[in-house]
Amino acid sequence: MSAHNNVPRTLPRFSNTFDPHTLSEIRRAAATGIYDIRGAGTKRKLPHFDDLLFLGASISRYPLEGYREKCGTDVVLGTRFAKKPIHLKTPVTIAGMSFGSLSANAKDALGRGASAMGTSTTTGDGGMTPEERGSSKTLVYQYLPSRYGMNPDDLRKADAIEVVIGQGAKPGGGGMLLGQKITERVAGMRTLPAGIDQRSACRHPDWTGPDDLEIKIEELRELTDWEKPIYVKVGASRPYYDISLAVKSGADVVVLDGMQGGTAATQDVFIEHVGLPILAAIRPAVQALKDLGMHRKVQLIVSGGIRSGADVAKALALGADAVAIGTAALVALGDNDPSYEEEYQKLGTTAGAYDDWHEGKDPAGITTQDPLLSARLDPVKAGRRLANYLAVMTLEAQTIARACGKSHLHNLEPEDLVALTIEASAMAGVPLAGTEWIPGKGGY
Amino acid sequence: MCGIVGIFLKDPKLEPQLGQMLASMLCVMTDRGPDSAGFAVYGNGKADHVKLSLRAVEGYDFAALADGLSTTAGGKPALSVRSTHAVIEVPAAKEADVRAALAAQYPDVAVVGAGSRMEIFKEVGLPKNVAARFDLAKMSGTHGIGHTRMATESAVTTAGAHPFSTGVDQCLVHNGSLSNHNDLRRNLTREGLTFATQNDSEVAAAYLTWRMQQGASLGEALKAGLDDLDGFFTFVVGTESGFGVLRDPIACKPAVMAETDQYVAFGSEYRALVDLPGIENAKVFEPEPATVYFWDRAA
Amino acid sequence: MNAQTNLKAAPDETFDLGANPLRELNGALHKAGVETNARRWLVANPNGRHAVACGINAPLDVTIAGHVGYYCAGMNQQARVIIEGNAGVGVAENMMSGFVHVKGDASQAAGATAHGGMLLIDGNAGARCGISMKGVDIIVKGSIGHMSAFMGQAGSLIVFGDAGDALGDSLYEAKLFVRGTVKSLGADCIEKEMRDEHKAHLAEKLKAAGLEGSIDISEFKRYGSARRLYNFHIDNVDAY
Repeated sequence: MSAHNNVPRTLPRFSNTFDPHTLSEIRRAAATGIYDIRGAGTKRKLPHFDDLLFLGASISRYPLEGYREKCGTDVVLGTRFAKKPIHLKTPVTIAGMSFGSLSANAKDALGRGASAMGTSTTTGDGGMTPEERGSSKTLVYQYLPSRYGMNPDDLRKADAIEVVIGQGAKPGGGGMLLGQKITERVAGMRTLPAGIDQRSACRHPDWTGPDDLEIKIEELRELTDWEKPIYVKVGASRPYYDISLAVKSGADVVVLDGMQGGTAATQDVFIEHVGLPILAAIRPAVQALKDLGMHRKVQLIVSGGIRSGADVAKALALGADAVAIGTAALVALGDNDPSYEEEYQKLGTTAGAYDDWHEGKDPAGITTQDPLLSARLDPVKAGRRLANYLAVMTLEAQTIARACGKSHLHNLEPEDLVALTIEASAMAGVPLAGTEWIPGKGGY
Repeated sequence: MCGIVGIFLKDPKLEPQLGQMLASMLCVMTDRGPDSAGFAVYGNGKADHVKLSLRAVEGYDFAALADGLSTTAGGKPALSVRSTHAVIEVPAAKEADVRAALAAQYPDVAVVGAGSRMEIFKEVGLPKNVAARFDLAKMSGTHGIGHTRMATESAVTTAGAHPFSTGVDQCLVHNGSLSNHNDLRRNLTREGLTFATQNDSEVAAAYLTWRMQQGASLGEALKAGLDDLDGFFTFVVGTESGFGVLRDPIACKPAVMAETDQYVAFGSEYRALVDLPGIENAKVFEPEPATVYFWDRAA
Repeated sequence: MNAQTNLKAAPDETFDLGANPLRELNGALHKAGVETNARRWLVANPNGRHAVACGINAPLDVTIAGHVGYYCAGMNQQARVIIEGNAGVGVAENMMSGFVHVKGDASQAAGATAHGGMLLIDGNAGARCGISMKGVDIIVKGSIGHMSAFMGQAGSLIVFGDAGDALGDSLYEAKLFVRGTVKSLGADCIEKEMRDEHKAHLAEKLKAAGLEGSIDISEFKRYGSARRLYNFHIDNVDAY
């Protein structure tokens, strides 16, 4: 042994800047020449609802008894102009996800689960399928830049119309659907050649900006005899202005999707680097509604990383009227289920991390158009799982609301919350726990 | 986001009707911009004199202001008061002194425009009410531009209302949304330009002023704007002798023009033009993207 | 504007938009042909109003005596809608079937995303004519603006005059025929050989529009997708 070998060695150390994932991405980019495309939402750590806590009642306030004293969960959407507003039993709705990105069975299951719980589901980029219309008691029809499969018959069949301007995963970008999933049926619905790599438009083809949106909304109302609520959905980026302008343009309901919101297929750089986490977006949106005298008159639906009844209660306390879930609903159906671990391994990933939804090889049969894989998903059983999950979320939100002394979820307020971190305190505009301090608000 | 209108008369017989035509066009554009409205009218002017368009609060004592400026202006300036605005006419040689006196002694009064013939009026509220409070319908002139505003990212204030004056006898109205105005505002501030608002359109106006200070013609300034202004825009600009139109290369924001032997008119939508005389036989067209259009009385 | 029109026979119903709300007109048109027998309609005083005669789903004959604003005859099904004037943005947007005839000029995005039927424009059409078209046949007797047939998926765009910049950018399977000059072609759009089958296709569309024999088919050039951008390839990166 030489003296050299006796020198203690430091452990191998990975760079925090060039961490193993970054290194693998550089190698992947160098080998392929194309940006990474994937599904799901952002994976980075963000300030979120977990950083907020409720102040339960005790002596200064009095709680309600669970199971005995009523705590309402219903919500009415579209009360501003529409002749036929939507009545939901729970404020947890299902976000727009396309047939194409999802299998027909998955869309069917979403409709079954949502309908069993008295809530709504939403179409996506690619049109309405008879399966989802059949299984969804309340169906929101998305009106997207691509207008794939858009037709007036389905517009009339819908219970509400959602004008999609942006999505939390990619505010300012259009959708993607890669060739593997453009089967004959999907291509037929979208009037596209089968097998192509489809990139949806990022702007609507026949209007840009709020002055023209107002005219578009008028047309949609005229087309449907002013019956249906018109939603306007935006990705969270400048929520104060965007929500103000959606309201000025005549929306009945505004949908605000934070950057945790999922996507079927988008550039990873878009998912991870554009937009606001939902926690930071709700207060400015609510402020816009309040400044216009429209809070609770134009309803606000928020989405992006909603996972539990606690998240629902927190979103509502910050001022939302309802929430929408996408990724969580897919997980309830069976997405990323560990029972398929062996197959996830074959795809080079592991249950819980699978995000190549655009490749159409989903072992759980959800984000695929492969008939054999799709057949694995039983829409009745999967729908039941979703209904169970929605029921749990609703009960959880009620539990919290009762503990705060509320007879309805909508009576939760920002003052029922405190923040665990300075970041969350600043973003949600609620005081740091144990203090009266809200960063940026002064006075402490 | 807005409605914009403009009219340039070729036939002097129509000049007494300019205000009425502009008022009607402006009111039709209410849906596109209910928050505020404004307009510039090019009327009579005296040689060697400058008209300053002033804005203050409702009920402001402009007569006292005119009296107070008598010494500085070398005689009591001609005064015309319309609601919150007033136009004073002072000898061109005294303009700098009058402006200095206004800034020093009348901090509550803003100068919204200056020129030999241009007068600018703007207020918050529905276009119909704005046109009425300034009695636009009775104004006469050779050309005028107008704007109805739906505020996007800056505040609904009178200062944020269009038109923005871009220099002597020059003003601009804008429909669209610029995407690089903050950096541009910082650069222009370093060049000595001043800004009253956070409005992107004011940056466009100041940019054109700056280009023209550097020696560019309005046409050249607009052309340079195609390289330096990013985002979506349709501009209508007025000068002492004419008016111009420019759309960005993508040209998503609407624009319709009508030309007859008597006038050239611009509207964000065709319906703004429907009440114009002889519109049935006008040449109606949409201005091409990234193309400078200019009509000049001198030509 | 008076309700003067080229309508040859008296209409079953006349609706004055100068005196009555748009909502009543569209509501009545949605019921006509189904709940009433009125098939021939005259709409007076449109004055650039938006969303006139949108969402019809019956074989009605609607003549609009004047200029219209945005989205006239939007999502039309079955009806024949004649606009005796200019049309604003998005005329016949997302039309499914039927026939829409603009006797003057059309603004931007004429026939946007339309799935079927025919749109005939006697004058010029503005930018983005036939954007994302999905099966409609559009005939423009004048010229068309820039970015026309952008992402056109299916159907035919037939232009007697000239086309502006970037014709057929990111085109899918829409068929483009232009008689005059094309200022520039968009990404992935190329001129293609005009074979007999294409001449026959063109003749069939002109015949359907009642324009048979009015123009020499051999003067048209055909443009279509090079299909190079259908699947992502790094060597095409300059086009993205």
